[in-house]
Amino acid sequence: MKRALPWILFAILALVGLVGAFLRFTSSRDLAAYGSYIPWGLWVATYIFFAGLSAGAYVVAVLGYVFGVERLKPIAPMALAIALACLGAALVTVWFDLGHMERVFSVFLRPNFTSMMAWMVWLYTAYAITVLLALYGIWRNHPGLTRTALMVGTPLVIFYPGAAGALFGTVVAQSLWHSPVFPILFLFGGVLSGFSLVTFAAAYFSRKGAGYSDRVWLMGRIMLGLLVLYLILEWAEYSIPMWYQVGHEYEALMGVLFGPFWYVFWVFHLLLGMLVPMLLLALLPRNPLATGAAGFLAASMFLAVRLNLVIPSQVQPQLEGLVNAYRDRRLGYSYIPTLFEWSVVAFSVALAIAIAYAVLWFLNREKKLEVTQ
Amino acid sequence: MSENNSTQQQADGLDNRRDFLAKFASTVFAGMVMGGAAVKAEEAKRPLQLPTRLPGGPIQAELEYEDVLVQMQRELEAALQKGRTPKWVMVIDTRKCVGCHACTIACAVENKLPPGVVYRPVIEEQIGEYPNVSWRFTPRPCMQCDKPPCVPVCPVGATWKSEDGIVDIDYNACIGCRYCLTACPYQARTSDFGDHWTDGTPGQGKMPYEELPMFEYGKEWKREDHKSPVGNARKCHFCRHRLQHGLLPQCVTSCIGRATFFGDANDPNSLVSQLIHKPNATRLKEELGTEPRVYYLV
Ligand code: SF4
Ligand code: SF4
Repeated sequence: MKRALPWILFAILALVGLVGAFLRFTSSRDLAAYGSYIPWGLWVATYIFFAGLSAGAYVVAVLGYVFGVERLKPIAPMALAIALACLGAALVTVWFDLGHMERVFSVFLRPNFTSMMAWMVWLYTAYAITVLLALYGIWRNHPGLTRTALMVGTPLVIFYPGAAGALFGTVVAQSLWHSPVFPILFLFGGVLSGFSLVTFAAAYFSRKGAGYSDRVWLMGRIMLGLLVLYLILEWAEYSIPMWYQVGHEYEALMGVLFGPFWYVFWVFHLLLGMLVPMLLLALLPRNPLATGAAGFLAASMFLAVRLNLVIPSQVQPQLEGLVNAYRDRRLGYSYIPTLFEWSVVAFSVALAIAIAYAVLWFLNREKKLEVTQ
Repeated sequence: MSENNSTQQQADGLDNRRDFLAKFASTVFAGMVMGGAAVKAEEAKRPLQLPTRLPGGPIQAELEYEDVLVQMQRELEAALQKGRTPKWVMVIDTRKCVGCHACTIACAVENKLPPGVVYRPVIEEQIGEYPNVSWRFTPRPCMQCDKPPCVPVCPVGATWKSEDGIVDIDYNACIGCRYCLTACPYQARTSDFGDHWTDGTPGQGKMPYEELPMFEYGKEWKREDHKSPVGNARKCHFCRHRLQHGLLPQCVTSCIGRATFFGDANDPNSLVSQLIHKPNATRLKEELGTEPRVYYLV
């Protein structure tokens, strides 16, 4: 029964996800709550959430193979499997978000490189190739290839979350996004969340052999540092625009902190995603299960950060009175994701789990894993 | 003779001044005894004498009069025949706009806009509070910005600034990512979600007006299933398809207040050229540097 429970949970998730994906193909976007004044909703937030997770997971492999952190090397295949899985989930989610899904390859065929979105897609592709090559190197017992691929991927893993941040940061019309700190925030947010996810996986899904406790302890320390660093960056992001207490940006931030969805920031992000993990890591540094739990919380609750990055800026009308000028359900300034949108996210999560599981199962069968169960 | 005259005038002047001072003093005195009550000055009012006006004719017969629509139509034809790329500009006189929303509807009819897609809403704002209250109406088409923030963000180059100033969209290239929607500071772009006016109503499918083709960007489009423009970003294009046929944009033609003007700013004598250089001409969110091609007279 204990072994069956994860499978049952996964089956439920996958089933809900399949319904969502089916509806996405058959009913177009009728069932989604986003519109034209809030054009980007849960799917875009989920997309950058997964993209960040992928980058952070990749960093673990880079630390092991390129920077010679030996204690992390055994966990690198697992980190790469997670990086690949999260990248796949990210791309599928954003693909679902397109109005013309069949035209997705236009970004390769006729890219416009003044757009950060075009840059991001190209960087993703290059990055995905390095992930696949690194995994291929592990499969074929070719550490040189893995190392080279990861070395090439190191600048990419800095640039692509940066480009994702710039995708938002360059939009002059959105006062909350248009900030030079955004690319940096995206990079560190990605590293923090992805690193946390691998820490969780390392704590709960790897063999408890030699080096296990040491490795999880080290990952917990790094995670604690990243959490503190992220809080400092977030302080910069919030405190500067709020200083004068005027303007759009201030209003948007007040909406984040004290608006109708205040709990997304205070409860999901700050309490569960930051403070509880920090306490777990600070008080129980040698307890791998506590470290793993901290990793799970820090990684999963990061979706709250992504939601707060994407949505509140759009909730501010660009022109006062526009909402009353022409009434339509797509022309409003409030947004709550529908069950349909959540079910598509369930599809992405299930897909990520399936990809990670399949890659690890395959490498395990080929006896290429040192530690992963 | 002239001396006499001037003496006479001086005397008249003195009399007038005396009269005036007497009236002034009594008014002030009245004001004092009445303890600040409003002074009635009805006597000073005279009925305004307007020159006689022929039915349907201009107010002042001696002035040449041409309806601005006729003038703009004439200028449009001239601009198209010049052989030089025009610089299309729109001017909206907010003092003349009565907030009837005729332009919004005319535009929706012209382009067969579905629910949720709007090119030219009219923003209504109440200014002040009773009894000092007024309304401001701001029609908001696409500004056809000279530095359009919506253009560089498009990942596939499906939208661009054309030579005549109109920001075009290629519906067949747009992937529907809606990045441009987030980037427009005027929220002038809306996404076509494939909705129909008859959705959820009883009856046999769509109404005929929902199945008629429309001709944006000079091509024939039918909103069927998932075919473009369904799934695309959409916005005002100054009725490019009408301009190609020598017609003014539909919002200009339909404006009952004659509050919307359109023309070629490359022609220094055109109506719009004169209007955009008035001191009361302004543009929305000027501070962003987007250089809109739509001016407002305030
Ligand atoms: S008003 Fe908006 S959609 Fe129109 S050109 Fe300017 S930025 Fe682009
Ligand atoms: S919605 Fe279409 S026009 Fe707008 S940025 Fe995306 S691809 Fe370009």
